[in-house]
Amino acid sequence: MIDGKHYNFAFLDEGSKREIRRSILKAVAIPGYQVPFGSRELPIGRGWGTGGIQITLSIIGKEDVLKVIDQGSDESVNAVNIKKLVRECTDVKITTDSEEASIIQSRHRIPEIPMRGDQILVLQVPTPEPLRIVEPREAVTKQMHAEAEYSGMWLYLFEDLIRYGEISISSEYPVSVEGRYIMNPSPIPRYDNPKLNDSETLYLFGAGREKKIYAIPPHTKVESLCFADVPFKKEDFEGKSCRLCGAAGVYLDELIEEGTGRKVYECSDTGFCRKRRERRRQDGTISA
Amino acid sequence: MEQSVLKVEHLTVRYGRTCEYCRNGGKLDKNTCPHCKTVWACKDVNIELYEGEILGVVGESGSGKSTLMKSLYFDFPVTEGRGYLRDYEGGEEEIFSQSLQQKKFIKNHIMGMVYQNPMLGLKMDYSSAGNIAEKLIAAGHRNYARMNDRVTELLDAVEILQSRKKEPPKNFSGGMQQRVQISKALANNPAILLLDEVTTGLDLSVQARVLELIRTIRQKFHISMLLVSHDLAVIRMLADRTIVMLDGRIIEQGLTDQILDDPQHPYTQQLVHSLL
Repeated sequence: MIDGKHYNFAFLDEGSKREIRRSILKAVAIPGYQVPFGSRELPIGRGWGTGGIQITLSIIGKEDVLKVIDQGSDESVNAVNIKKLVRECTDVKITTDSEEASIIQSRHRIPEIPMRGDQILVLQVPTPEPLRIVEPREAVTKQMHAEAEYSGMWLYLFEDLIRYGEISISSEYPVSVEGRYIMNPSPIPRYDNPKLNDSETLYLFGAGREKKIYAIPPHTKVESLCFADVPFKKEDFEGKSCRLCGAAGVYLDELIEEGTGRKVYECSDTGFCRKRRERRRQDGTISA
Repeated sequence: MEQSVLKVEHLTVRYGRTCEYCRNGGKLDKNTCPHCKTVWACKDVNIELYEGEILGVVGESGSGKSTLMKSLYFDFPVTEGRGYLRDYEGGEEEIFSQSLQQKKFIKNHIMGMVYQNPMLGLKMDYSSAGNIAEKLIAAGHRNYARMNDRVTELLDAVEILQSRKKEPPKNFSGGMQQRVQISKALANNPAILLLDEVTTGLDLSVQARVLELIRTIRQKFHISMLLVSHDLAVIRMLADRTIVMLDGRIIEQGLTDQILDDPQHPYTQQLVHSLL
């Protein structure tokens, strides 16, 4: 049987990893700029996080501790498969604890705990181009970035305000990086956008299908687009808390309780929720 | 002497590689070189536009009117020639050789364009308010309330009901689409308005309203306009001076009454007599 040991460390050949690391370095040097790279074939279909996986496989070392989350969950099919692939071909330690991890690969969420300078967050990106909603042609969006011609994006926000009285973008809310490039922060909720600004950690974004890598280095100025008189607003969970761990002031998933039909809320970040419950159990504030 | 708001010298727009024959002024077959098939869409065009003036441009289809307008608005690249704007670096800097950014600055701050085909000037799926705001955003405005107030003011100026400002132009009649285009072109108080066959394809009553609107705008905002039309009645009604184009060249120019009542060039005579 062919298993992970038949492959090079971290699956990709060293030449491919070097090429991806060079693209990452360029992305770090030009925050928010989409760097093209030769996206490799992987034993996972394009669109299932291959951009993030390639970044993770290129930067991971034997001493690293990896956490993979998908929509905040450590246990989703996508997260489990990615973890299995990386573990098979690297033997690195896998964790569900955000504090313990040195590399966190994620889709849709940034962990609730503040990230540290010795950690790297890798985000899987389906659509790296923030201007795609206003311009379908790749050649034109490239030119728009080159000229910092972002009026189409601002017009999109204006249209939202005119039609709905508020900006209706809930995820992939565009951000301006160091006042230069407009960037798609991947499908993280608006709630997570402020975490990108002046962060301690390095954020790497990989889009396997679209063959693009971009980055937000630590302490970079990241602003969510908004008008001077219409400030950026994140989702409001005022008065709501997690039914499992009691956490308030975190991003919550809304669920309909079977039987009663009432709305209940749970932490979107399952690792954070689990750790909080364990701590409370040890403190004796909640029962097992 | 009064300084012109726009001065164009020896403007030439051609498509093709040219040959010795047409470069040396050989006789063209209409505007096409019989040897190398190069099309001389505009050839050695010189115009001056003064403050508050409406300069009419007439000529048959294919005479170079729209090419002239689109070249002035940087939609078409200019092959040769120079252009100067009073409101851009005091008329000292040539405009056709500027960078894309500078050309955009000129388009957003100094010139407004109303196309014959509203599809070229408007985003048909965006609201009318959004279409007008596009020009404000491009000029750097980032205050929503102020932009919205300006949109309201401009829609009032072109007599479009506020209740329709959320509607996309695709829901509007041709005349209303032209009025949205006009309000968009006026958004940043440009010094020059370029009007390319704005009444073509509209029925007579709608034409009359659009023409009246142009006249009102000129009186109210004192904007200089370059008005392209093949309709001599429109030119007579609005233009102070008129130039006549044929096969990419200006063949006659002067006061509108003089051109229409006492044409000198045989083509202008034919044009005037065929329509009166």
